[in-house]
Amino acid sequence: MTTNISFKDRNLIAVIGDEDSITGVLLAGVGHINEQQQKNFLVVDSKTQVSTIESAFQEFTERKDIAILLINQHIAEKIRPTVDRYQQAFPALLEIPSKDHPYDPSKDSVLKRVQKLFGE
Amino acid sequence: MSGTGARENVFATRMALTNTKLRLKGAQTGHSLLAKKRDALTTRFRAILKKVDEAKRKMGRVMQLASFSLAEVTYATGDISYLIQEQAKSASYKVKARQENVSGVVLPAFDVDRVSGSDFNLTGLGRGGQQVLRAKEVYAKAIETLVELASLQTAFTILDEVIRATNRRVNAIEHVVIPRLENTIKYIMSELDEMDREEFFRLKKVQGKKKRDTAIREQKEKDEKTARSAHASNVSAQQDSPTVLDEDRDEPTEDLLGTKDADVIF
Repeated sequence: MTTNISFKDRNLIAVIGDEDSITGVLLAGVGHINEQQQKNFLVVDSKTQVSTIESAFQEFTERKDIAILLINQHIAEKIRPTVDRYQQAFPALLEIPSKDHPYDPSKDSVLKRVQKLFGE
Repeated sequence: MSGTGARENVFATRMALTNTKLRLKGAQTGHSLLAKKRDALTTRFRAILKKVDEAKRKMGRVMQLASFSLAEVTYATGDISYLIQEQAKSASYKVKARQENVSGVVLPAFDVDRVSGSDFNLTGLGRGGQQVLRAKEVYAKAIETLVELASLQTAFTILDEVIRATNRRVNAIEHVVIPRLENTIKYIMSELDEMDREEFFRLKKVQGKKKRDTAIREQKEKDEKTARSAHASNVSAQQDSPTVLDEDRDEPTEDLLGTKDADVIF
Protein backbone atom coordinates (compact mmCIF):
# COMPACT_ATOMS: atom_id res chain seq x y z
CA MET A 1 0.00 0.00 0.00
CA THR A 2 1.17 3.47 -0.76
CA THR A 3 -0.03 4.88 2.53
CA ASN A 4 2.41 2.65 4.39
CA ILE A 5 5.34 4.63 3.16
CA SER A 6 3.81 8.04 3.49
CA PHE A 7 2.55 7.93 7.04
CA LYS A 8 5.84 6.72 8.47
CA ASP A 9 7.49 10.13 8.13
CA ARG A 10 4.51 12.07 9.31
CA ASN A 11 5.32 13.04 12.85
CA LEU A 12 4.40 16.67 13.37
CA ILE A 13 1.29 18.20 14.81
CA ALA A 14 0.09 21.37 13.10
CA VAL A 15 -2.18 23.92 14.73
CA ILE A 16 -4.47 26.64 13.47
CA GLY A 17 -5.87 28.52 16.42
CA ASP A 18 -6.26 31.66 18.43
CA GLU A 19 -3.39 33.07 20.42
CA ASP A 20 -4.14 31.25 23.66
CA SER A 21 -4.58 27.84 22.09
CA ILE A 22 -1.38 28.24 20.11
CA THR A 23 0.54 29.35 23.19
CA GLY A 24 -0.63 26.35 25.17
CA VAL A 25 0.06 23.86 22.44
CA LEU A 26 3.47 25.34 21.69
CA LEU A 27 4.30 25.28 25.38
CA ALA A 28 3.90 21.52 25.27
CA GLY A 29 6.59 21.47 22.59
CA VAL A 30 4.69 21.07 19.37
CA GLY A 31 6.11 24.09 17.54
CA HIS A 32 8.39 23.42 14.61
CA ILE A 33 10.02 25.59 11.99
CA ASN A 34 11.64 23.72 9.15
CA GLU A 35 14.50 24.63 6.84
CA GLN A 36 12.24 26.63 4.55
CA GLN A 37 11.16 28.73 7.54
CA GLN A 38 7.72 27.18 7.38
CA LYS A 39 5.93 27.18 10.69
CA ASN A 40 3.56 24.43 11.62
CA PHE A 41 1.17 26.79 13.39
CA LEU A 42 -0.94 29.77 12.45
CA VAL A 43 -2.20 32.35 14.90
CA VAL A 44 -5.65 33.58 13.98
CA ASP A 45 -7.09 36.73 15.51
CA SER A 46 -10.04 38.88 14.63
CA LYS A 47 -8.04 40.67 11.93
CA THR A 48 -6.96 37.51 10.08
CA GLN A 49 -8.45 37.13 6.63
CA VAL A 50 -10.46 34.04 5.82
CA SER A 51 -8.31 33.52 2.73
CA THR A 52 -5.20 33.35 4.95
CA ILE A 53 -6.82 30.64 7.04
CA GLU A 54 -7.85 28.78 3.91
CA SER A 55 -4.37 28.86 2.42
CA ALA A 56 -2.81 27.76 5.71
CA PHE A 57 -5.30 24.92 5.89
CA GLN A 58 -4.42 23.87 2.35
CA GLU A 59 -0.72 24.09 3.09
CA PHE A 60 -0.93 22.01 6.25
CA THR A 61 -3.08 19.34 4.61
CA GLU A 62 -0.70 19.10 1.68
CA ARG A 63 2.52 18.93 3.67
CA LYS A 64 3.96 15.46 3.92
CA ASP A 65 5.37 15.69 7.45
CA ILE A 66 2.19 16.54 9.32
CA ALA A 67 0.28 13.74 10.96
CA ILE A 68 -2.38 15.65 12.83
CA LEU A 69 -3.89 19.05 12.16
CA LEU A 70 -5.57 20.76 15.08
CA ILE A 71 -7.92 23.61 14.37
CA ASN A 72 -10.03 25.68 16.71
CA GLN A 73 -13.67 25.00 16.18
CA HIS A 74 -14.65 28.64 15.80
CA ILE A 75 -11.97 29.01 13.13
CA ALA A 76 -13.08 25.83 11.38
CA GLU A 77 -16.51 27.40 11.35
CA LYS A 78 -15.14 30.23 9.18
CA ILE A 79 -13.92 27.83 6.53
CA ARG A 80 -16.60 25.21 7.12
CA PRO A 81 -17.11 24.24 3.46
CA THR A 82 -13.41 23.47 3.05
CA VAL A 83 -13.33 21.54 6.32
CA ASP A 84 -16.41 19.52 5.45
CA ARG A 85 -14.98 18.68 2.06
CA TYR A 86 -11.80 17.38 3.63
CA GLN A 87 -12.08 13.57 3.70
CA GLN A 88 -8.47 12.38 3.66
CA ALA A 89 -7.13 10.15 6.36
CA PHE A 90 -3.82 11.99 6.51
CA PRO A 91 -3.30 14.34 8.15
CA ALA A 92 -6.05 13.67 10.63
CA LEU A 93 -8.14 16.76 11.16
CA LEU A 94 -9.24 17.53 14.69
CA GLU A 95 -11.47 20.33 15.76
CA ILE A 96 -10.58 21.52 19.25
CA PRO A 97 -12.40 23.91 21.52
CA SER A 98 -10.85 27.25 22.40
CA LYS A 99 -10.97 29.25 25.57
CA ASP A 100 -13.72 31.59 24.49
CA HIS A 101 -15.71 29.10 22.46
CA PRO A 102 -16.91 25.97 24.22
CA TYR A 103 -16.95 22.76 22.27
CA ASP A 104 -20.07 22.04 20.29
CA PRO A 105 -20.18 18.41 19.11
CA SER A 106 -23.02 19.08 16.69
CA LYS A 107 -20.78 21.30 14.52
CA ASP A 108 -17.87 18.91 14.21
CA SER A 109 -17.64 17.55 10.67
CA VAL A 110 -16.48 14.12 11.83
CA LEU A 111 -19.03 13.90 14.62
CA LYS A 112 -21.72 14.86 12.15
CA ARG A 113 -20.81 11.80 10.15
CA VAL A 114 -20.73 9.71 13.31
CA GLN A 115 -24.19 10.87 14.23
CA LYS A 116 -25.43 10.14 10.75
CA LEU A 117 -24.05 6.60 10.91
CA PHE A 118 -25.71 6.02 14.24
CA GLY A 119 -28.93 6.99 12.56
CA GLU A 120 -29.78 9.91 14.76
CA MET B 1 -35.92 -20.06 -19.50
CA SER B 2 -32.50 -19.42 -20.95
CA GLY B 3 -32.99 -16.03 -22.51
CA THR B 4 -33.84 -14.19 -19.29
CA GLY B 5 -31.29 -11.71 -18.02
CA ALA B 6 -27.71 -11.10 -19.02
CA ARG B 7 -25.41 -14.00 -19.63
CA GLU B 8 -21.89 -14.56 -20.79
CA ASN B 9 -21.11 -15.04 -24.42
CA VAL B 10 -20.05 -18.69 -24.54
CA PHE B 11 -20.58 -21.68 -26.77
CA ALA B 12 -22.90 -24.22 -25.29
CA THR B 13 -20.51 -27.07 -24.68
CA ARG B 14 -19.95 -29.42 -21.80
CA MET B 15 -16.56 -27.85 -21.14
CA ALA B 16 -18.05 -24.35 -20.96
CA LEU B 17 -20.65 -25.72 -18.56
CA THR B 18 -17.98 -27.15 -16.28
CA ASN B 19 -15.98 -23.93 -16.42
CA THR B 20 -18.99 -21.78 -15.65
CA LYS B 21 -20.02 -24.01 -12.78
CA LEU B 22 -16.52 -23.69 -11.32
CA ARG B 23 -16.66 -19.94 -11.70
CA LEU B 24 -20.05 -19.79 -10.01
CA LYS B 25 -18.63 -21.75 -7.11
CA GLY B 26 -15.69 -19.36 -6.93
CA ALA B 27 -18.00 -16.36 -6.96
CA GLN B 28 -20.07 -17.83 -4.16
CA THR B 29 -16.99 -18.51 -2.05
CA GLY B 30 -15.71 -15.01 -2.71
CA HIS B 31 -19.06 -13.56 -1.79
CA SER B 32 -19.20 -15.32 1.54
CA LEU B 33 -15.61 -14.34 2.32
CA LEU B 34 -16.22 -10.71 1.48
CA ALA B 35 -19.41 -10.73 3.51
CA LYS B 36 -17.44 -12.07 6.46
CA LYS B 37 -14.81 -9.37 6.01
CA ARG B 38 -17.50 -6.74 5.88
CA ASP B 39 -19.05 -8.02 9.08
CA ALA B 40 -15.69 -8.02 10.86
CA LEU B 41 -14.94 -4.49 9.68
CA THR B 42 -18.36 -3.26 10.67
CA THR B 43 -17.97 -4.67 14.16
CA ARG B 44 -14.66 -2.89 14.50
CA PHE B 45 -16.14 0.24 13.00
CA ARG B 46 -18.98 0.35 15.50
CA ALA B 47 -16.53 0.00 18.39
CA ILE B 48 -14.41 2.84 17.03
CA LEU B 49 -17.48 4.95 16.43
CA LYS B 50 -18.45 4.72 20.05
CA LYS B 51 -14.91 5.51 21.15
CA VAL B 52 -14.69 8.54 18.85
CA ASP B 53 -17.88 9.91 20.30
CA GLU B 54 -16.62 9.46 23.86
CA ALA B 55 -13.16 10.84 23.13
CA LYS B 56 -14.55 13.94 21.48
CA ARG B 57 -16.56 14.75 24.56
CA LYS B 58 -13.63 14.02 26.81
CA MET B 59 -11.48 16.34 24.72
CA GLY B 60 -13.83 19.21 25.47
CA ARG B 61 -13.26 18.82 29.21
CA VAL B 62 -9.52 18.34 28.89
CA MET B 63 -9.06 21.41 26.76
CA GLN B 64 -11.06 23.45 29.22
CA LEU B 65 -8.71 22.40 31.98
CA ALA B 66 -5.72 23.27 29.84
CA SER B 67 -7.06 26.71 29.03
CA PHE B 68 -7.55 27.30 32.68
CA SER B 69 -3.96 26.44 33.52
CA LEU B 70 -2.81 28.79 30.78
CA ALA B 71 -4.91 31.52 32.32
CA GLU B 72 -3.01 30.91 35.55
CA VAL B 73 0.24 31.36 33.69
CA THR B 74 -0.95 34.60 32.15
CA TYR B 75 -1.99 35.80 35.56
CA ALA B 76 1.38 34.98 37.11
CA THR B 77 3.79 35.96 34.38
CA GLY B 78 1.91 38.25 32.05
CA ASP B 79 1.48 37.58 28.38
CA ILE B 80 4.02 35.06 27.19
CA SER B 81 2.40 34.14 23.88
CA TYR B 82 4.68 36.28 21.74
CA LEU B 83 7.75 34.96 23.50
CA ILE B 84 6.68 31.40 22.99
CA GLN B 85 5.82 31.83 19.35
CA GLU B 86 9.21 33.32 18.68
CA GLN B 87 11.10 30.68 20.58
CA ALA B 88 9.52 27.69 18.89
CA LYS B 89 12.20 26.14 16.73
CA SER B 90 11.90 22.41 16.51
CA ALA B 91 9.27 20.14 17.85
CA SER B 92 10.02 18.11 20.93
CA TYR B 93 6.53 16.76 20.98
CA LYS B 94 6.04 14.51 17.99
CA VAL B 95 3.92 11.57 17.07
CA LYS B 96 4.93 8.22 15.73
CA ALA B 97 2.72 6.22 13.43
CA ARG B 98 2.36 2.49 13.82
CA GLN B 99 0.01 0.22 12.03
CA GLU B 100 -2.64 -2.18 13.06
CA ASN B 101 -4.21 -4.84 10.89
CA VAL B 102 -7.93 -5.46 10.90
CA SER B 103 -8.86 -8.24 8.43
CA GLY B 104 -6.44 -7.06 5.80
CA VAL B 105 -6.98 -3.35 6.31
CA VAL B 106 -4.02 -1.37 7.58
CA LEU B 107 -5.11 1.10 10.21
CA PRO B 108 -2.60 3.66 11.39
CA ALA B 109 -2.39 4.59 15.02
CA PHE B 110 -0.38 7.45 16.46
CA ASP B 111 1.81 7.25 19.50
CA VAL B 112 3.22 10.21 21.36
CA ASP B 113 6.93 10.55 20.88
CA ARG B 114 8.23 13.08 23.37
CA VAL B 115 11.77 14.32 23.70
CA SER B 116 12.65 15.85 27.04
CA GLY B 117 13.99 19.39 27.12
CA SER B 118 12.39 22.15 25.16
CA ASP B 119 12.85 25.57 23.66
CA PHE B 120 11.25 27.33 26.55
CA ASN B 121 13.74 26.78 29.32
CA LEU B 122 13.91 30.46 30.11
CA THR B 123 10.21 31.14 30.01
CA GLY B 124 8.90 32.17 33.36
CA LEU B 125 12.37 32.59 34.77
CA GLY B 126 11.41 35.84 36.38
CA ARG B 127 8.16 34.72 37.94
CA GLY B 128 5.48 32.14 37.50
CA GLY B 129 7.90 29.35 36.57
CA GLN B 130 5.84 26.85 38.46
CA GLN B 131 2.65 27.80 36.65
CA VAL B 132 4.44 27.60 33.33
CA LEU B 133 5.68 24.14 34.12
CA ARG B 134 2.27 22.98 35.21
CA ALA B 135 0.62 24.44 32.12
CA LYS B 136 3.18 22.62 30.03
CA GLU B 137 2.31 19.31 31.64
CA VAL B 138 -1.40 19.89 31.40
CA TYR B 139 -1.12 20.78 27.74
CA ALA B 140 1.06 17.75 27.08
CA LYS B 141 -1.63 15.58 28.64
CA ALA B 142 -4.32 17.32 26.63
CA ILE B 143 -2.42 16.78 23.40
CA GLU B 144 -1.98 13.15 24.32
CA THR B 145 -5.75 12.88 24.39
CA LEU B 146 -5.91 14.68 21.10
CA VAL B 147 -3.42 12.29 19.52
CA GLU B 148 -5.43 9.34 20.75
CA LEU B 149 -8.52 10.89 19.27
CA ALA B 150 -6.71 11.57 16.01
CA SER B 151 -5.74 7.94 15.60
CA LEU B 152 -9.31 6.88 16.32
CA GLN B 153 -10.55 9.37 13.80
CA THR B 154 -8.09 8.28 11.13
CA ALA B 155 -9.10 4.67 11.69
CA PHE B 156 -12.69 5.79 11.43
CA THR B 157 -12.11 7.53 8.11
CA ILE B 158 -10.15 4.65 6.59
CA LEU B 159 -12.58 1.99 7.82
CA ASP B 160 -15.50 3.96 6.49
CA GLU B 161 -13.91 4.02 3.06
CA VAL B 162 -12.92 0.35 3.10
CA ILE B 163 -16.35 -0.77 4.28
CA ARG B 164 -17.94 1.14 1.48
CA ALA B 165 -15.63 -0.47 -1.09
CA THR B 166 -16.27 -3.93 0.37
CA ASN B 167 -20.00 -3.33 0.33
CA ARG B 168 -19.83 -2.36 -3.29
CA ARG B 169 -17.97 -5.53 -4.14
CA VAL B 170 -20.32 -7.75 -2.13
CA ASN B 171 -23.32 -6.23 -3.84
CA ALA B 172 -21.73 -6.46 -7.26
CA ILE B 173 -21.05 -10.17 -6.81
CA GLU B 174 -24.47 -10.82 -5.34
CA HIS B 175 -26.52 -8.91 -7.85
CA VAL B 176 -24.48 -8.97 -11.04
CA VAL B 177 -21.87 -11.70 -11.20
CA ILE B 178 -23.77 -14.61 -9.65
CA PRO B 179 -27.04 -14.09 -11.58
CA ARG B 180 -25.10 -13.80 -14.80
CA LEU B 181 -23.24 -17.05 -14.19
CA GLU B 182 -26.48 -18.76 -13.22
CA ASN B 183 -28.09 -17.54 -16.41
CA THR B 184 -25.14 -18.81 -18.40
CA ILE B 185 -25.44 -22.24 -16.80
CA LYS B 186 -29.17 -22.34 -17.51
CA TYR B 187 -28.56 -21.32 -21.09
CA ILE B 188 -25.88 -23.97 -21.63
CA MET B 189 -28.07 -26.63 -20.03
CA SER B 190 -31.05 -25.81 -22.19
CA GLU B 191 -28.90 -25.73 -25.31
CA LEU B 192 -27.37 -29.09 -24.44
CA ASP B 193 -30.82 -30.56 -23.79
CA GLU B 194 -31.98 -29.24 -27.10
CA MET B 195 -28.98 -30.79 -28.80
CA ASP B 196 -29.70 -34.09 -27.05
CA ARG B 197 -33.27 -34.11 -28.28
CA GLU B 198 -32.15 -33.30 -31.79
CA GLU B 199 -29.59 -36.07 -31.75
CA PHE B 200 -32.15 -38.55 -30.45
CA PHE B 201 -34.60 -37.58 -33.13
CA ARG B 202 -31.93 -37.86 -35.79
CA LEU B 203 -30.93 -41.31 -34.61
CA LYS B 204 -34.58 -42.37 -34.64
CA LYS B 205 -34.86 -41.13 -38.20
CA VAL B 206 -31.72 -42.95 -39.28
CA GLN B 207 -32.91 -46.10 -37.60
CA GLY B 208 -36.30 -45.82 -39.28
CA LYS B 209 -34.70 -45.33 -42.67
CA LYS B 210 -32.42 -48.30 -42.15
CA LYS B 211 -35.38 -50.45 -41.15
CA ARG B 212 -37.30 -49.33 -44.19
CA ASP B 213 -34.33 -50.04 -46.43
CA THR B 214 -33.91 -53.50 -45.02
CA ALA B 215 -37.60 -54.18 -45.37
CA ILE B 216 -37.51 -53.11 -49.01
CA ARG B 217 -34.43 -55.17 -49.71
CA GLU B 218 -35.93 -58.21 -48.08
CA GLN B 219 -39.13 -57.73 -50.01
CA LYS B 220 -37.16 -57.49 -53.22
CA GLU B 221 -35.20 -60.61 -52.46
CA LYS B 222 -38.41 -62.42 -51.68
CA ASP B 223 -39.94 -61.19 -54.92
CA GLU B 224 -36.90 -62.22 -56.86
CA LYS B 225 -36.97 -65.60 -55.25
CA THR B 226 -40.63 -66.08 -56.08
CA ALA B 227 -40.07 -64.72 -59.57
CA ARG B 228 -37.23 -67.10 -60.09
CA SER B 229 -39.25 -70.02 -58.88
CA ALA B 230 -42.17 -68.88 -61.03
CA HIS B 231 -39.89 -68.60 -64.03
CA ALA B 232 -38.56 -72.03 -63.39
CA SER B 233 -42.09 -73.41 -63.32
CA ASN B 234 -42.95 -71.40 -66.49
CA VAL B 235 -39.96 -72.84 -68.29
CA SER B 236 -41.05 -76.31 -67.39
CA ALA B 237 -44.58 -75.44 -68.55
CA GLN B 238 -43.20 -74.05 -71.85
CA GLN B 239 -41.42 -77.20 -72.47
CA ASP B 240 -44.70 -79.00 -71.96
CA SER B 241 -46.86 -76.98 -74.45
CA PRO B 242 -44.91 -74.62 -76.76
CA THR B 243 -47.80 -74.24 -79.29
CA VAL B 244 -50.09 -72.41 -76.87
CA LEU B 245 -47.45 -69.83 -76.14
CA ASP B 246 -46.87 -69.06 -79.83
CA GLU B 247 -50.52 -68.26 -80.37
CA ASP B 248 -50.44 -65.84 -77.46
CA ARG B 249 -47.50 -63.97 -78.91
CA ASP B 250 -49.08 -63.41 -82.34
CA GLU B 251 -52.34 -61.86 -81.19
CA PRO B 252 -51.07 -58.49 -79.82
CA THR B 253 -49.18 -57.63 -83.00
CA GLU B 254 -52.33 -57.86 -85.05
CA ASP B 255 -54.16 -55.72 -82.51
CA LEU B 256 -51.52 -52.98 -82.57
CA LEU B 257 -51.63 -52.63 -86.29
CA GLY B 258 -55.39 -52.39 -86.28
CA THR B 259 -55.67 -49.55 -83.73
CA LYS B 260 -52.88 -47.35 -85.06
CA ASP B 261 -54.25 -47.43 -88.58
CA ALA B 262 -55.83 -43.96 -88.67
CA ASP B 263 -52.71 -42.02 -87.50
CA VAL B 264 -50.21 -43.62 -89.71
CA ILE B 265 -49.39 -41.41 -92.68
CA PHE B 266 -46.93 -43.56 -94.40
